Amino acid sequence: MKFAVIRFPGSNCDQDCVLAINNLPGASADFVWHKDTSLAGFDGVVVPGGFSYGDYLRCGAIARFSPIMQTVKSFAASGGTVLGICNGFQILCESGLLPGALVRNKGLHFVCKHQSIRVESTNSRFTRAATKGQVLNIPIAHGEGCYFADDATLAALNANDQILVRYCDAQGQINDASNPNGSRENIAGICNETRNVFGLMPHPERACDAALGSTDGLVIFQSLLKN
Amino acid sequence: MFEPIRNENLRAMKVLVTVLPKPSVLDPQGAAAAEAIRHLGLTGVGRVRIGKVIELELPDSTPDSEIHRIAKDLLSNPVIEDYSISK
Repeated sequence: MKFAVIRFPGSNCDQDCVLAINNLPGASADFVWHKDTSLAGFDGVVVPGGFSYGDYLRCGAIARFSPIMQTVKSFAASGGTVLGICNGFQILCESGLLPGALVRNKGLHFVCKHQSIRVESTNSRFTRAATKGQVLNIPIAHGEGCYFADDATLAALNANDQILVRYCDAQGQINDASNPNGSRENIAGICNETRNVFGLMPHPERACDAALGSTDGLVIFQSLLKN
Repeated sequence: MFEPIRNENLRAMKVLVTVLPKPSVLDPQGAAAAEAIRHLGLTGVGRVRIGKVIELELPDSTPDSEIHRIAKDLLSNPVIEDYSISK
């Protein structure tokens, strides 16, 4: 399975994503520049983290207009796999590929630490190798990661089983104390209604090697490779 | 990056677009500023919202619909923000 890792000016997790994917048997990844317009030959797309366009205006607001994003939109519309991590999640929300938006952390600080997240649904190509309720230890690093959606959107996300991961404590408990940024309902990641686009604030690509302190991020990539 | 409008025959106008977080969206910056105002000794302060103001230089003939399109599709995110326009 061949992944395109999109590079915007200001992306800074692109190398980590390519490395994490290339280390998996049966998977490979290549960079795709944001001014390119083709995704021919790729089976999946990763929109990596970073600070695309310096976070000008709003995080992800300018990246949405990059030429490649039109192609990513049609790729997603035809059922293609799209994974957005951190700034990538923000870009997917700004692009309308995922509902809601990411706003300034409730505590106003940039939060950079290992965080427990709980797998809420395994009914997706991104989480199918995990078990429901599994707690993953994955780094987070963001200033604008507070997930917001209005009540109607939240109800729909819940009803459609689109909330794939929530922030929790090490025991898997979901409460205010285990919410690092004030996200509504401790939401860490959601998928679209057709379940082929997934965005999350935590960085699974930074948890794919024991040398980095956790290998819990592997399960996301292994899910994508699972038949 | 963008040249100011210099064409003598083209009258330019300045438009201000004000973007504010929706009342339903958490605004921790606004809450922190409200708290700081209380520290100034002003106890009557209510809610404080922090947003942004964008100044646009546009040809005089730009229809309002175009200005709204810029404000709605780029300058604000309707999921979390409201905007207003003043000329």
